[in-house]
Amino acid sequence: MFFEQLINGLTLGSTYALIALGYTMVYGIVQLINFAHGEIYMFGAFAGLFLVAAFGVNIFWALLGAMAFCMLLGVVVERIAYRPLRGKSSRLSALISAIGVSIFLSTLMALLRGTNTTRYPQVMSDKTFHLGSVEVSSMQVIILLVSALLMVGLQLMIQKTRIGKAMRACSQDIDASALMGINVNRVISFTFAIGSALAAAGGVMVGIYYNAVWPYMGTMAGLKAFSAAVLGGIGSVPGAMVGGLTLGVMEIMGVAYLSSSYKDAIAFAILILVLIVRPQGLMGQKISKKV
Amino acid sequence: MDAIISQYIDAYYFRILILIGINIILALGLNLTTGVTGQLSMGHAGFMSLGAYTSAILTVHFAVPFFAALLAGALVAALFGFLLGLPTLRLEGDYLAMVTIGFAEIVRVFFLNFEPGGKAVGFSGIPQVTTFTLVWILVIIVIYLNYKLLNSRTGRAMYAIRENEIAAEASGVNTTQLKVLAFTLGAFLGGLGGGLFAHYMFFIEPGNFGFMKSIELLNMVVLGGMGSIPGTILGSIILTIAPEMLRIVQDYRLLFYGALLVILMIFRPNGLLGDVRFYDIKKRFSRKEVKSCQS
Amino acid sequence: MSVLTLECISQEFGGLRALDSVYLSIEEKEIFGIIGPNGAGKTTLFNIITGIYVPTEGSLIFNGQRLNNVPAYEIAQMGIARTFQNIRLFNKLSVLDNVRTGSYGVSHSGFMAGMLGLPSSRREEKKILSNALQLLELVDLADKRYEYADNLSYGEQRRLEIARALALEPKLLLLDEPAAGMNSTEKEELMRLIRIIREQRQLSIILVEHDMNVVMNICERIAVLDYGRKIAQGTPEEIKNDDAVIQSYLGAGA
Ligand SMILES: Nc1ncnc2c1ncn2[C@@H]1O[C@H](COP(=O)(O)OP(=O)(O)OP(=O)(O)O)[C@@H](O)[C@H]1O
Ligand SMILES: [Mg+2]
Repeated sequence: MFFEQLINGLTLGSTYALIALGYTMVYGIVQLINFAHGEIYMFGAFAGLFLVAAFGVNIFWALLGAMAFCMLLGVVVERIAYRPLRGKSSRLSALISAIGVSIFLSTLMALLRGTNTTRYPQVMSDKTFHLGSVEVSSMQVIILLVSALLMVGLQLMIQKTRIGKAMRACSQDIDASALMGINVNRVISFTFAIGSALAAAGGVMVGIYYNAVWPYMGTMAGLKAFSAAVLGGIGSVPGAMVGGLTLGVMEIMGVAYLSSSYKDAIAFAILILVLIVRPQGLMGQKISKKV
Repeated sequence: MDAIISQYIDAYYFRILILIGINIILALGLNLTTGVTGQLSMGHAGFMSLGAYTSAILTVHFAVPFFAALLAGALVAALFGFLLGLPTLRLEGDYLAMVTIGFAEIVRVFFLNFEPGGKAVGFSGIPQVTTFTLVWILVIIVIYLNYKLLNSRTGRAMYAIRENEIAAEASGVNTTQLKVLAFTLGAFLGGLGGGLFAHYMFFIEPGNFGFMKSIELLNMVVLGGMGSIPGTILGSIILTIAPEMLRIVQDYRLLFYGALLVILMIFRPNGLLGDVRFYDIKKRFSRKEVKSCQS
Repeated sequence: MSVLTLECISQEFGGLRALDSVYLSIEEKEIFGIIGPNGAGKTTLFNIITGIYVPTEGSLIFNGQRLNNVPAYEIAQMGIARTFQNIRLFNKLSVLDNVRTGSYGVSHSGFMAGMLGLPSSRREEKKILSNALQLLELVDLADKRYEYADNLSYGEQRRLEIARALALEPKLLLLDEPAAGMNSTEKEELMRLIRIIREQRQLSIILVEHDMNVVMNICERIAVLDYGRKIAQGTPEEIKNDDAVIQSYLGAGA
């Protein structure tokens, strides 16, 4: 029983982690809470649904297609709603603009698809594996595997590639990076693209796993994933992974052993506690501001 | 008093005028926190909710007189504002936004499970004692006190925190203390507006005070002009009337809200009236006169 | 008697030692210059004195009181005011309100008194206003008092920062590159202003400045920082002729 709940928690948590990565990478570079990130995740889920329903593709192509689409969406959002503000406006303005995008996107989807949940068509046959006495569904295996794969890939990219180095440089000091000849705008676009793709992967898998998508699914998931990013230490990529998994497990355990009526409050209670007790999160560093 | 006024005003407009008044009180509270002091609060509806439920429970279950209940609701909201603000306002601004969202969500979930408040079904049978006269007397008092505050030493320091926190500290401003103050006063007005709202609608449910309500209130402050009292009033009026009057705005209301925020931030980050002052208008006019003399 | 004493102050950022065992002592009513190449640690020193950073080592004593771990706003209230190298005005406040806000640390009315317009608050407001107007006269910005601060020219903004700092009625004034971006007439004006301030207000001034002409002209004593270390200290004459200084800083230009 406990181990099944643990698997459930890790499954949920790895989707939080996928979304949280986008928050943390963007925040690390431009110090913006990209409020629209949850909506990108939602669009990812719908894009996957569309591909499956219209072309009958398998889960692999649905994932790839949705990721590609959301990359584009993320980059466009950044171009239209954030870039014009960068450097000129206060962080408050940028944040409000991000909230605007978030509301716009979720309402747009609600107008297109109605506010009810849509069921995902059957993408694959449901198998159950037995590990000793613990039952694991095939979808859980896929979610855990794909998430792990994506996160390892992300780490490799950040550590080994040129653009990964540029991203790290920008998150250290964006002005200095610009002076050193790094094309900051490109790095930022790239960061949005990668973050959005990860969120889209999360969206598709959650859609299939729970067999439901709806236009406002991104709001709550986004807020929780952000809590996960803060829990892990905002700006820290490993932190987002650890934070996501921790939050997922805590939430499932809270529901299993305490009460389900407070499910949605758990993440926020954790968020508030973390911010009060250890604002830099589990794995973040304290940053001193320059004057 | 209300009886006299309602003879001259259509019931429909009468209702809108009352809602405008309540929204002005709510928005002026948020304006203190976000517009003036620059601390983004996205959970103002949470304070509204606390005020609404507290006062309604007091009048319904304990037969407490309305005014006492209204005050108690506002004070409970203020207390929560204080308790929440004290530890979190030392954080960077963006975190505060998240904390306030989380707080309002927790409040919502709490009332969804709160027996005396009717749980998810909602709370009905609240006496409808909020009158037009009461609302607008309170609006006038709140505007006056806001005006006095913002033109005092404390008010200037609050603006200073928004404009440049480090320079404010260097001028001797205890920024944490004033942020908590602004947050508490804002929460107080949120609770007051909530109490008025509950006793006007006579039915409330947790869904009345969700995230979208917080965003709507934030929009009023941002549209009219951050930190400006006339701006906030204008924003409240526009965003109360528009969805009521225009069907098309009603259907696409949220789409419109979202786009509005982005467009405003890009083209007029200070809102419609945020940086418009009587002084500048006068100056512009006097320049025109000079020109016309020369030509 | 010295107003401010720094004993063995060091500041580290990660691996970088921005200040390394610096001793300083500022006398009453003197104008003390600090010079040094970019990144020498001058602004960091100001940030430590004003409580923005807590030094890694060393102690600060101001009028007999330790400043270590005292929050920035309390240090301001104790009588240390400053200007900023990268100007930090309250942009969307009027020039007048910038100066009025500067006096926050030495005024006392609570928010209730202000909100209710109590006589005590009204009296204090009057005093704050007349002080602010005087200061604006002093820095020659009186006729711009209703402008937004960000509508002022660069030189005006620097003068406004000085006026705002003076509103705190400080005993010690820290000026971080006040002449930066000024033309030569403005610089002349500035030097005159700094002297007048010292005479009128009887305070000590620490001046960080790259313009040698300004520093050599108005400072009574000068310290030279290089890579976080104090490499020399003395009168302008002594500094001009100091070998170490010439080598590391004044170099070919002097
Ligand atoms: N908050 C900080 N975090 C990390 N490094 C810092 C910080 N503040 C200053 N530094 C570093 O400390 C060193 C000294 O900086 P400081 O600003 O004090 O120099 P300065 O003498 O004022 O130079 P300038 O003449 O250019 O103003 C620099 O290398 C700077 O990059
Ligand atoms: Mg400097």
